[in-house]
Amino acid sequence: MSPIDFLRDLVNPDLAFLPKALLVSVMSSIVCGVVGCYVVLRGMAFIGDAVAHAVFPGLAIAFAVSGNLILGGTIAGVATAVLVAVFSQNRRLREDSVIGIFFVAAFALGIVVISRAPGYAGSLQQFLFGSITGIPDEDLYTVAVTGIVVLGAVFLLHKEFVAVTIDREMARATGLRVFWLDIVLYVLVTLAVVISVQTIGNILVLALLVTPAATARLLTDRLAVMMLLAPAIGGTCALIGLYVSWSWDFPTGGTIVLVLTAVFLTAWISAPKHGLLSRASGRRAESAAT
Amino acid sequence: MNALRVSGLAVDLGGRRVLTDVDLTVDRGELVGLVGPNGAGKTTLLRSLMGLLKPRAGEVEVDGEPVRRAGTGLGYVPQRHEFAWDFPLSVEGVVMTGRIGRLGLFRRPRAADWRAVVEALDRVRMADLRTRPVGELSGGQRQRVLLARALALQPSALLLDEPFTGLDMPTQELLSDLLLSLARDSHAVLTTTHDLPGALYTCDRLILLNRTVVAAGPPNELRDEQPWMDTFGVGEGSPLLKILKAV
Repeated sequence: MSPIDFLRDLVNPDLAFLPKALLVSVMSSIVCGVVGCYVVLRGMAFIGDAVAHAVFPGLAIAFAVSGNLILGGTIAGVATAVLVAVFSQNRRLREDSVIGIFFVAAFALGIVVISRAPGYAGSLQQFLFGSITGIPDEDLYTVAVTGIVVLGAVFLLHKEFVAVTIDREMARATGLRVFWLDIVLYVLVTLAVVISVQTIGNILVLALLVTPAATARLLTDRLAVMMLLAPAIGGTCALIGLYVSWSWDFPTGGTIVLVLTAVFLTAWISAPKHGLLSRASGRRAESAAT
Repeated sequence: MNALRVSGLAVDLGGRRVLTDVDLTVDRGELVGLVGPNGAGKTTLLRSLMGLLKPRAGEVEVDGEPVRRAGTGLGYVPQRHEFAWDFPLSVEGVVMTGRIGRLGLFRRPRAADWRAVVEALDRVRMADLRTRPVGELSGGQRQRVLLARALALQPSALLLDEPFTGLDMPTQELLSDLLLSLARDSHAVLTTTHDLPGALYTCDRLILLNRTVVAAGPPNELRDEQPWMDTFGVGEGSPLLKILKAV
């Protein structure tokens, strides 16, 4: 299918779900791209994964009682993040073990809850792998507003997040409330995950957080550039992924993730400074000089 | 009036007393070396002065005033490996993070903040590398960036934790010259070190620490071997004592 056909389908009133899916995918990819920069730079990909999975019981409960999915997911994600933060205070256990315990527990709870809900198999698959159909109109607004809130919080707290990331001790010594900043960051990660789960699914959402930011990191040594590049990469890949999945009838979430991965690999090989090719030619130049 | 005055400081770590009854002073203009074996409590002392650990007892005064919030008026330079050097930030960006606690939430740095950053970088002779990503710096340059970050708040006293560790000899010498000139520039400088010959040679005074202050004074007044043997737990034939005699 040519891009023109894709455009035609986008404006076709019979396919009204398609532009909605596109908007939600692109918006949530942009938000995930920005928040993902912190996830990548702090080395907290595992906690990003944990929050993504922990959102699941909240979605399941909200689904079972026909409540607000975003609210349910957020509460569950934040509750798990707080539990991890609190239990990590015990020096005998490292944080990754605590994360390992709670996110699987949360996911297990979600499975048990959703098995009690009617329409079990279909809704489970939709939660895990995402779906582009059946997005209600009001979700568009919820995703947009939540996204703006997340980006606004990032804009306001950026320098604090940076300070905590580069040197925790020093941040604490200069009077920053490190524990609360961690909690706020977990909440932002949770919100970014929750608004993305609809289209890309619970299991694949980690790619939206990590892959664009990691790709951007390979392309620049400047944080400001990285935080613009990551959402641009995320949004573009979401668009291309949706187009490819629509053309060939592939699952949308999986296709978006594969497009992201292809872009990451391209950057890994050919990035100007940190890529495989330039590192190899740098070595050649060095050995030629000596 | 001492720039930094600590009296009767006691600190517990994990239910165990690590520091007892620590008394010390550092004046503006002097470079003081804090020496002692591993586990003597050197880092613990610095961390509790910065408010990262809560002391059980004792008082800390900066410029003659009891500090209400620990760390006020003190610049801290932690060990180099505490810092995330792979973070995509420029030298001046890192130095600016030293002022973030002062700036307050939601505030952007103003002209005065950038002036303080440039001044601090000038002071450690890193101004020409202002825009360089910190990941590309050498060990000595990294140490000077951390020093500039501590200077960005224009503190009365500087506390440094093993700044010389992992640096080659010429770089160590440059750094100790820099610390000395900062001291002469009316800072009070307190640095921990494992380089005893260097400390004996450069520092105006040494403080021998092992759970408490064993001895303190200018190097030429610390000729007696007994406090060194007590501090480091070594016997009479130890090479450490030979170094002491040689310097």
